[in-house]
Amino acid sequence: MAHIQIQQLRVSYGSLPVLNDINLEIPDRQIVAIIGPSGCGKTTLLKSMNRLLDLNEDVSVTGSILLDGVNIYDPAMDVTCLRKRVGFLPQRPYPLPMSIFENVAFGPRIHGLSVLSAGGGGKQAEKSLVEHYLRLAGLWDEVKDRLDEPAAKLSIGQQQRLALARVLSIEPEVILADEPTSALDPVSAKLVETQFKLLKENYTIILVTHILRQARRLADYIVFLYMGDLIEHKPAAVFFSAPDDEKTKAYISGEIS
Amino acid sequence: MNPKRNREEKLFRILMVAALVLVFASLAGIILVVAMKGLASLNLSMIIETPKGGYYLGKEGGIANAIVGSLYLVTGATILAFLISLPVALALQKEYIGRRAAAITRLVLDILWGTPSIVYGAFGFVIMVYLGIRASLLGGIIVLTLLMIPIMARAMDEAVRLVPFELKEMAYAMGATRVETTLAVVFRQALPGICTGVILAFGRGIGDAASILFTAGYTDEIPTSLMDPVASLPLAVFFQAGTPVPEVQARAFAAALILLAIVIIVNLIARLLGWRFSKHIVR
Repeated sequence: MAHIQIQQLRVSYGSLPVLNDINLEIPDRQIVAIIGPSGCGKTTLLKSMNRLLDLNEDVSVTGSILLDGVNIYDPAMDVTCLRKRVGFLPQRPYPLPMSIFENVAFGPRIHGLSVLSAGGGGKQAEKSLVEHYLRLAGLWDEVKDRLDEPAAKLSIGQQQRLALARVLSIEPEVILADEPTSALDPVSAKLVETQFKLLKENYTIILVTHILRQARRLADYIVFLYMGDLIEHKPAAVFFSAPDDEKTKAYISGEIS
Repeated sequence: MNPKRNREEKLFRILMVAALVLVFASLAGIILVVAMKGLASLNLSMIIETPKGGYYLGKEGGIANAIVGSLYLVTGATILAFLISLPVALALQKEYIGRRAAAITRLVLDILWGTPSIVYGAFGFVIMVYLGIRASLLGGIIVLTLLMIPIMARAMDEAVRLVPFELKEMAYAMGATRVETTLAVVFRQALPGICTGVILAFGRGIGDAASILFTAGYTDEIPTSLMDPVASLPLAVFFQAGTPVPEVQARAFAAALILLAIVIIVNLIARLLGWRFSKHIVR
């Protein structure tokens, strides 16, 4: 299980600072919710943890994020390996432009996962792998008869669970989720939340959400950001019942949002 | 709605309808005129025979030399241009050459696109003289390739640019490399647009006379090697229409009709393929 420690992290876009001096240790095998008002740097913090930030132009990152003690911003870090270990679930679940089956098989194929080569059965091994992850994401029963159809034909709720299956298929240790239910209808959102609760047995899940009630429902640990500063972080029960900071109190009570 | 806004709506509708009608009318007009003037001379021997009497002046035989010649030229050039244009279009993504270099490359391609084809022809001719190559199928293919690259590359580039960044981000987030992302996601998503690029370039290539005027040469025969001179449909139209003989002029329209038919057929096939390729597109 990969352990994440963030030390003196500063991120800015051009000359605009987005995160100021973040120090944070992520508890393992829990659902950690990053909350805070819009534009406070939640998604930036999330994307800094698997270096998806690198895709933005003129972004600068200082400080370090340690994954099992190794700084992921070390120039020697293999970003593809990092992203295999720290998976990402996006806000809007873009399916890849291929079939449902290929969407789930894509990750194992590019990473040449051992299950594929070791099983010897090639195609058969791949099939059972795809089935396994679709089941894990709670989507199998709905798509088992149409695996060759374009993934784009799925409903958006199904697409998000497909995205979940896709993340799981690369066998990550940590899952980053960027407001994963914000584009979904309530029923689909509930399904995704249920999967998350099941998954935390084996994964550390870091979730960005702007829905306080979702954080209350799901999170074991809360990280509260405000205008790029880390204001407060503690176990969810303590956070909601006994917040220390005035800003936290104001946010929880709904005075700022 | 107040009367002014109402008039505005009406005026714009009239403008748009008129413009649309003009577009359809020009295709219909072209087909009609070419068919009326050329249909009488169009027969099977026109398509399957080579000219009798030399330089299309014998009023007999056909223009098989030009049909096959044009297909050779444009097929060769389309394949070569594709092999060069696709890497160019993919390289223009920001994760490869960056914004500034991409902007400069696009400017270069647009200037090349705007360069008249007679200039390509003259340029090709000078180079061929320098290298000691005579006007031939190979020379024609190379010059046509150069002519087609800017169109094909820019059209593909526009298709590649339309791929949503979030889609690429998904692949990168899974640990895909740039090549894996480009091949598995960008290429697939942009495939219909890439097809369109090929067809645009094909259309310009098969119809262009000026660039191959000096570089492909002329022959009454169907070429048997890359170094043979080759005839082409646009030049067959040009030469025949330029003669004072009415029968030969009518045959020019028949040649134009064949050229038009090829362009229409290839466009329809491309649409069909593009439609099939768009099955997996994410919207």
